[in-house]
Amino acid sequence: MRYLPLTPDDRAQMLGVIGAADIDALFADVPAAARKRELFDLPKRAGELEVERELGALAARNRPAGDGTFFCGAGAYRHHVPASVDHIIQRSEFLTSYTPYQPEIAQGTLQVLFEFQTQVAALTGMDVANASMYDGSTACAEAVMMAKRVTRREKAILSGGVHPHYAAVTQTIAHAEGMTIVRQAAAIDAEAAVIDAIDSTVACVVVQTPNVFGVVTDVTKIAEAAHAAGALLIVVTTEAVSFGLLKSPGEMGADIAVAEGQSIGVGLNYGGPYVGLFACREKLVRQMPGRLCGETLDAQGRRGYVLTLSTREQHIRREKATSNICTNSGLCALAFTIHLSLLGEVGLRQMAALSHSRARELVGALNGVCEVLTPRYFNEIAVRVPNASAAVEALLADGIVAGVPYSRLAPEAGLDDVLLLAVTETTTSADIAALSAALKGRLGR
Amino acid sequence: MTMNNVGRPTAPGAAATASGHTSLTGARGLLQDEPLIFELGGWDKTGVDFDPPDHDAYDLGDLVRTAPIGIPGLSEPETLRHYVRLSQKNHAIDLALYPLGSCTMKHNPRLNEKMARLPGFADLHPLQPQSTAQGALELMDRLAHWLKTLTGMPAVALTPKAGAHGELCGLLCIKAAHEAAGNGDRRRVLVPTSAHGTNPATAAFVGYSVEEIAQTADGRVDLADLEAKLGPDVAAIMVTNPNTCGLFEREIIEIARITHAHGAYFYCDGANFNAIVGRVRPGDLGVDAMHINLHKTFSTPHGGGGPGAGPVVLSEALAPFAPAPWLVHGPDGLELVEEARDQAAQTFGRMCAFQGQMGMFVRAYAYMRSHGSDGLRQVAEDAVLNANYIKAVLSAEMTPAFPDGPCMHEALFDDHWLEGTGVTTLDFAKAMIDEGFHPMTMYFPLVVHGAMLIEPTETESKRELDRFCDALLALARAAKAGDVERFTGAPYLAPLSRLDETMAARKPKLTWRPEHATPLAAE
Repeated sequence: MRYLPLTPDDRAQMLGVIGAADIDALFADVPAAARKRELFDLPKRAGELEVERELGALAARNRPAGDGTFFCGAGAYRHHVPASVDHIIQRSEFLTSYTPYQPEIAQGTLQVLFEFQTQVAALTGMDVANASMYDGSTACAEAVMMAKRVTRREKAILSGGVHPHYAAVTQTIAHAEGMTIVRQAAAIDAEAAVIDAIDSTVACVVVQTPNVFGVVTDVTKIAEAAHAAGALLIVVTTEAVSFGLLKSPGEMGADIAVAEGQSIGVGLNYGGPYVGLFACREKLVRQMPGRLCGETLDAQGRRGYVLTLSTREQHIRREKATSNICTNSGLCALAFTIHLSLLGEVGLRQMAALSHSRARELVGALNGVCEVLTPRYFNEIAVRVPNASAAVEALLADGIVAGVPYSRLAPEAGLDDVLLLAVTETTTSADIAALSAALKGRLGR
Repeated sequence: MTMNNVGRPTAPGAAATASGHTSLTGARGLLQDEPLIFELGGWDKTGVDFDPPDHDAYDLGDLVRTAPIGIPGLSEPETLRHYVRLSQKNHAIDLALYPLGSCTMKHNPRLNEKMARLPGFADLHPLQPQSTAQGALELMDRLAHWLKTLTGMPAVALTPKAGAHGELCGLLCIKAAHEAAGNGDRRRVLVPTSAHGTNPATAAFVGYSVEEIAQTADGRVDLADLEAKLGPDVAAIMVTNPNTCGLFEREIIEIARITHAHGAYFYCDGANFNAIVGRVRPGDLGVDAMHINLHKTFSTPHGGGGPGAGPVVLSEALAPFAPAPWLVHGPDGLELVEEARDQAAQTFGRMCAFQGQMGMFVRAYAYMRSHGSDGLRQVAEDAVLNANYIKAVLSAEMTPAFPDGPCMHEALFDDHWLEGTGVTTLDFAKAMIDEGFHPMTMYFPLVVHGAMLIEPTETESKRELDRFCDALLALARAAKAGDVERFTGAPYLAPLSRLDETMAARKPKLTWRPEHATPLAAE
């Protein structure tokens, strides 16, 4: 087997050193009833060529986003990632290292995490950020739990514009923790409706901008209302590129900003791995979940980085930890950081402007074809298309993946005629013209 | 001395004997000091070329960000150089044995990386029509089949994104099952003192109170203590098997039996599945739920701290409570079901935004297919053989925590043998760095004083194992001979010496700010 270096001679020699008669002697502690003598009913080993053929055949049965006209968003966005990003993350020293518990020989990973935290804090307009979460949705759930610890209150209000899957993840965790989640009914442009639900028992309000329908909202007034009641404002963003154009959560008064960072550096990957961004005000840092990297000095006074404030974490505090998280999303955080270093402020703003520009072009092209429901958008809009789900299936025949029907996210919401369309710098004018023509044909206009 | 034709010396001469030399710039040959991106990059510099947008973007009024963001940029060559220089400050499996106990740092086959990057997997959107992703769903289905077969369990939830996330998933299934049966008042979870920190943290995270189970002198669960603590208010036990002492729980079937007799569920932490894969099925041991760290046993890269993946296999009793989405064979092919459609499913909810770590599924499946049933069995056997070999060889100078009988895939030593030397486990570990190895897991499990937990994995050659053992034996002899400075000041040869963690925690600097700037070569 190509990945196993021991030879039969090695094995015999090593058993001799151990003083064991055979390999079975080393498994003597396994109860006899549970020892499997025969091989499991699975195929035997396969060479590289054979594995490539099998996986290649499976991959060929899928339609990659890059194969043609494509408008899916709703929490995952197809942006162009420079080739050098993937090259760097495949370096052995990044790919095959562990969590940096030994800082003297992990400064590469640690310095990257420090850069990542600084970039995330800058993007979100917050003071501090952690070293990443699994994805945006788990970051959102952790933020709500953090608000409970900070305020010692047990109720959270989620706006109707929060991504339904994010809301579901948050509800799942909150339910287990005995926290009450008030989830407002799905509504296209109603982030501000959370204000009416705020009272002195509320730990936090969670709003999303741009929200799941693509609507961009200035949440300043929501922040004021939350703070007046002693509650925290958590702002969710599922499209990190929007930070390149829009006012940051921090500027609008958020206490915690969480986001999906997948758009920068990571790619689509059919839903994972992604990278959750988590940032907050400095005064809240000791209630934060997840790994934090901090600056310090070595014994010779040289600047270096270590994992810090680990007394919040499970490996030290066990059942008193702020979260059970251990492994996070290190390599995706690295990809994010490299891509953002390549972009810089200039490139990020250009990428965001291009994405937004495409959306304006799309809205123009759909004029007279279908109703656009999103009043203020970044790169995603909701449009009214009867039986959106069937429309998407039908448009596949024209080679167009025509976005995400809202009913795919929330089958029971009763919004079967809402279709979510996202564009990025990868979308061409030809794509937009093709979609517009196909929808026009289907809707008979 | 030989000279070439323009007088350049070609023999090393005196240069080779110079020691204690320092450079003028702080660099050490190939190893460069490297500033932060914020100290290198330009605010108006970028490493990407975009065409200008066709439309003026600014129709969003005061929703537009006007203040600077604070993200510097670099050209592509500068970016490469920055991150490649940083990479050289990391230890990695590809450099040397990486014996972190409980972490299973095995070789990461590059075929798996190639497969995960096929556009048919990497460039798929999680919400695109399922008719256009049948190959991806088929791969998930095949992965599920392998995981179920290898564990002897009837169901698997694929979505958890890491080991601790898998634990959370398993306990949420257990909690939902108790609630469905009207046993929602079961509030306690029992966890052995040797458990990973994630176990008690997870139990507490879902609202359970945590109680410790004592350990016997031979490093296993104390059955009498377990039985005494089980009761009508216990929801579950969480036991790692093989345990964190590197030992198989001999009484595991009895542990499961008495747990079930008290109406509690048996959650198994599968972090150490590598020791038994292909030889023992957790389903035959009475396990109700177990997470599988794909980044350990099935070799998806650790990536400096993730991403991992933690699918959870479930018993018949827990399967109905699995999180959404789950995979079914429908009339039109495979289908992800997002919400319960009938009484049979009583899902507890959702673990993450989409369907889990697809990129990791591809890698893990490629790994499984490459090994096959025969290769996977060999994995467990070689992993256990390597650990026992290390235990046998190092016992010449070091004291194994549990000398009697074989260990499984990791060898655990205590610090008894360091007594009186003035060298601690930490010092010893740091001295390993100077010898070119990553330290083992230290001070864990908590039940062994000064613990050193060594997990070599099956992908080490005998030559590398010998090199490692020779280095540790030489260090052990040096410690015993009174060469204390070799340890207390270690590492001497790493990019940095020991870092001040107290200072880092007391006044945390978690982001770079202009006023924080510390010139690199200020000292």
